[in-house]
Amino acid sequence: MKAEENTAQNVETTTGSHETTATTGAASAQAVLALSLMEDQEHAELERTWSDEPGLWNWLRSVDHKSIGKRYIVTAFIFFLLGGLLALIMRLQLSRPENTLLGPDQYNQIFTMHGTTMMFLFAIPVMEAMGIYLVPLMLGTRNIAFPRLAAFSYWIYLFGGITLYVFFFLNIGPDTGWFSYVPLAGPEFSPGKRVDIWSQLINFTEIAALAASIELIATTFKLRAPGMSVNRIPLFVWAMLVMSFMVIFAMPAVMTSSLFLTLDRLVGTHFFNQAEGGDPLLWQHLFWFFGHPEVYIIFIPALGFVSSIIQTFSRRPNFGYLALVLSMIATGFIGFGLWVHHMFATGLPQLGESFFTAATMMIAIPSGVQIFCWIATLWSGRPQFKTPLLFVLGFFFIFVLGGLSGVMQASVPVNLQVHDTFFVVAHFHYVLIGGAVFPLFGAFYYWFPKMTGRMLGERLGRWNFALLFVGFNLTFFPMHQLGLQGMPRRVYTYLPGTGWGKLNMLATAGGVVMTVGVALFILNALWSRRRGRVAGDNPWGADTLEWATSSPPPSYNFDYLPIVQGREALWARTDDAPVVTGLRTNCRDVLLTKTLDAEPDNTMSLPSPSIWPVGVAFSAAVTFIGSCFTPWALVWGAIPAFISLVGWGWPKPKDDKCDLTPVDEWSEEKRRKEARRAQ
Amino acid sequence: MSAPARSGMSAHARRLVRDALRACALACYALTTAACTGSQSILNPAGPNAGNVSRLWWLMFYVCAAVFLLVIAFLAAALARTRRRTNKLTDAPDTEPDAGRERRMRGVVTGAVVVTVIILFVFLVASFTTSRSLYALSDPNNLRIKVNGQQWWWQVEYENDVASQTFKTANEIHIPVGQTVTLRLTSSDVIHSFWVPNLGGKRDLIPGHETTLWLKADKAGTYRGQCAEYCGLQHAHMAFVVVAEPVEQFNAWMEAQRRPAAPPANAEQQRGQQVFLASPCVMCHTIRGTDAGASVAPDLTHLASRQTIAAGMLPNTRGHLGGWVSNSQELKPGNRMPPIPLAPEDLQALLSYLESLK
Amino acid sequence: MMIAAVCGVVSALCLVAACKREERGLRVDPPSSARVNSKTLSELRPGNVQPISAPNEFEQNAFAMNEGKRLYEWYNCVGCHAHGGGGIGPPLMDAKWIYGGAPEQIFATIVEGRPNGMPSFRGKIPDYQVWQLAAYVRSMSGQVSKDASPSRDDDMNVKKPEQSTEQQEPRGTGGVPKSAERPQ
Repeated sequence: MKAEENTAQNVETTTGSHETTATTGAASAQAVLALSLMEDQEHAELERTWSDEPGLWNWLRSVDHKSIGKRYIVTAFIFFLLGGLLALIMRLQLSRPENTLLGPDQYNQIFTMHGTTMMFLFAIPVMEAMGIYLVPLMLGTRNIAFPRLAAFSYWIYLFGGITLYVFFFLNIGPDTGWFSYVPLAGPEFSPGKRVDIWSQLINFTEIAALAASIELIATTFKLRAPGMSVNRIPLFVWAMLVMSFMVIFAMPAVMTSSLFLTLDRLVGTHFFNQAEGGDPLLWQHLFWFFGHPEVYIIFIPALGFVSSIIQTFSRRPNFGYLALVLSMIATGFIGFGLWVHHMFATGLPQLGESFFTAATMMIAIPSGVQIFCWIATLWSGRPQFKTPLLFVLGFFFIFVLGGLSGVMQASVPVNLQVHDTFFVVAHFHYVLIGGAVFPLFGAFYYWFPKMTGRMLGERLGRWNFALLFVGFNLTFFPMHQLGLQGMPRRVYTYLPGTGWGKLNMLATAGGVVMTVGVALFILNALWSRRRGRVAGDNPWGADTLEWATSSPPPSYNFDYLPIVQGREALWARTDDAPVVTGLRTNCRDVLLTKTLDAEPDNTMSLPSPSIWPVGVAFSAAVTFIGSCFTPWALVWGAIPAFISLVGWGWPKPKDDKCDLTPVDEWSEEKRRKEARRAQ
Repeated sequence: MSAPARSGMSAHARRLVRDALRACALACYALTTAACTGSQSILNPAGPNAGNVSRLWWLMFYVCAAVFLLVIAFLAAALARTRRRTNKLTDAPDTEPDAGRERRMRGVVTGAVVVTVIILFVFLVASFTTSRSLYALSDPNNLRIKVNGQQWWWQVEYENDVASQTFKTANEIHIPVGQTVTLRLTSSDVIHSFWVPNLGGKRDLIPGHETTLWLKADKAGTYRGQCAEYCGLQHAHMAFVVVAEPVEQFNAWMEAQRRPAAPPANAEQQRGQQVFLASPCVMCHTIRGTDAGASVAPDLTHLASRQTIAAGMLPNTRGHLGGWVSNSQELKPGNRMPPIPLAPEDLQALLSYLESLK
Repeated sequence: MMIAAVCGVVSALCLVAACKREERGLRVDPPSSARVNSKTLSELRPGNVQPISAPNEFEQNAFAMNEGKRLYEWYNCVGCHAHGGGGIGPPLMDAKWIYGGAPEQIFATIVEGRPNGMPSFRGKIPDYQVWQLAAYVRSMSGQVSKDASPSRDDDMNVKKPEQSTEQQEPRGTGGVPKSAERPQ
């Protein structure tokens, strides 16, 4: 009896410091007229069940999709900055002919690191990170499916990224381009461990990406809020779903090829050795079978960002929901049929060339559908010119231009002229920065309030956008011209007689402007995180479920899991909207629903925090890296990996099910944490 | 709330206009400069291949430019339309848009998609036609030249059914104006890509896969080409020139190239030859008519007749040659030629000899 | 903290492992030729002091040994020694060294030449390339660090790549090369 009193008292203190939680609870559960004390108690128990306890150890153990998502985003953004700095150094080197800022060896390492960082350590991870953070919230559930896998995904990605950069600073940076064509990257022409490190990094990020994709697919299929039938899934989630499936089909190709490369280099196999029956073109086919879908893996989530932002800021549902979904799926399919357009210059049969020309042009159709639908949405809506929308308008301008130069390159004759020149550099930066980074910045502005509880500064945001937009076009537009004048890619310098100096100087100036733009964003984020305007639950009046909970959301996401009444969940919600009740609050219970109709199906208890994902990731990392140096690493590395996998999968004792730390002990812990925070 | 938002929006509109203008200006700049520059430019064609491609390019350029402007115009109009409306995020969203307007918009969007498909189809046909024209130059009676890419230079071998009529040179390809030549492309190390923008598209040189390219120049001239596939440290300086010359001139050049090197004409050249044969030079280079017969580096039999040294990087002058022999690693770090420390008088003698190899 | 620790461990490991392996020595000075000690013909030495063997720094550098491998082909070492198995010349991948298997002895053999067929390359191969060749030659019998030795090349491979060759403990000197054997 005494213990119970104690509990109630403690719970009160706890909820007192979580005011937002309490108010949201009241808002979303208006229909459930429960006593406020009871509710408070429930929230406290939910908080106790779902939150991470304080301390470094528990930080490492966290399986909360929001913590993992945020870590993932911040890490990926740091890699973006590193990759951007490398790009700036490259631009400085190229700003005038025969510049001697960098030698060929340094330049080659830097451009390889730039490409590898941007593709493998920034673009894919940041998109998946946005998915890991947002998808469970948008679907109205408490955590991602397979939360330990999500933690593992983050850790192995982090270890891979750190490894690559540590080796780069030790002058073991890869120097064969992010595409690592053999035989240049093969054992004969790339001695040392540089390429081995690169191909192991590929394994790290691919495993991370595959793990994240599986979680996203499972979450989307099984953890949707009741009522969110397939035709009500938000476009953002559709985008993540299509991306995840693409990852699952594309990544094995590159894992295979990087495994072949590793074997060729370390064991002496002959997959790519022409003289012994291998084939260097095999690498190109395998690599681009991943490499081209990769572009869409990066671009499709951006379609999700754009759809969300346009819908919210034009104050109407997206025009052509079905067309948008189908065009995303179509992009996902056609994206796998174009890889050969990276290889037109290798001399293919004409019939093959024609097929891939047609396929490449075809992918412009779904992209066209998307662009037209969004313009129609803006046309009939009432656009609000907030920073996220500005970034989306920048996306239109840049992406359409890049898309059109892509259509030109689908044509074999034109491709043979511009392939591997600066024209291509211009093109893919237009589609990737325009198509993915601009929407991503828009998404940062859009969801920052949800993640931190505070708005990003609007005025700085406009400057951020303007500098980035102008700087971008200044950097990359002249590159079209440089390519037409015959400047090849991946050259560390050029002769004065070529006449490429002026445009290169212009591009470098643009690069500096872009850098200032990105710096403004960082300033804005750092400043707003502490002093930004408090956001409230739904600052943009948006429609998706993540806006139904507090900002930032509590560890358990929703007080009561919502029930969805229409495609635009919050816009369609009535005042007497029902909610899900009956889930145990002392267990990590989530509601499983049916894949198509999202009718309640079952409940499931998600796993608790665990240190083992870190252990598996760490032992895998050590094994991978060690195996570059000695084959024995595989043997010795298998032991800790095996132990951690067993630890990960160790079943909970039966009687202990859902029984976490006793309430009073936990409260004590919590109070200490609060006290520390207060200091 | 609404006032600043409106001003923000008009600021945005202004920015949009400004950007559009700037893009146009840049595009105009691109148009005017591209046409008249460069011995290494796609848009300054000197042969049928490059000509066909540049025609296709301009067709695509104008159509795509029109599409781009149209899309941006629609976007701008969509944004401008909303000026008259209220601007508040707190306003209730328009969850049930006007059905008639939706229907009309569906028509417009469908129309736009249909137009897209039509444009793509036109492009496709134009592309196929141009592709076929590129292959039309293929003919077994063409002059055959074998180009072998190596890190980081080009070995050029003029083939002939009579073995004694073949000869090798490096980094400089002479072709007769108005005749098609067939290039057989191979590589003995990594993948390179052969590209002369003024004459046509590129083709990769892949170890173990022979590829073929046809070139034809309509105008006499010197066209610069460069390796277009990243191939290692000195990818940036793996260039060459194509010299298109009238047939008689070309035949005379070929005759001259077939002859072995002229014997040294004076004592200094004699000494230079001795230096050449006694130094590391002889380990890699060939000079036909002497004992030097190694095949891993450029054939120097007629070195002095070439316009450039170091794979199109330096003009072929005595000064550059001297610097190159003494310490090529300073000029082109990573290239395969070791620094050759020679006594000054030996170096001068060697240079005199090399300069006599016309 | 964990991350910092991981970083620390990883970088320490790398530093140990990397050292000079990855340098692309485009303009480095080669180890001094003055250190060369050719094979002596007598076992007697004044003062009874053993000559100090100088290490070949290129033996830790993957790039240099790879260059050595390339030059081994380019300068036609293959012509007599084949890919290490020998032919006209003695094999280089076994434990037996007629004129000594220390780096400076191999250097001397290349530069000075040896009786019974080994030509002298003095003046024909720059010193640093001779050191590269010497490093590569020793990698053939597995005497250099495995993680820096060359791997297979893009060619017909008649033997295991150098990095997978078991180390041969050099065994005595003396004997005659095949080319000097009396015809049967």
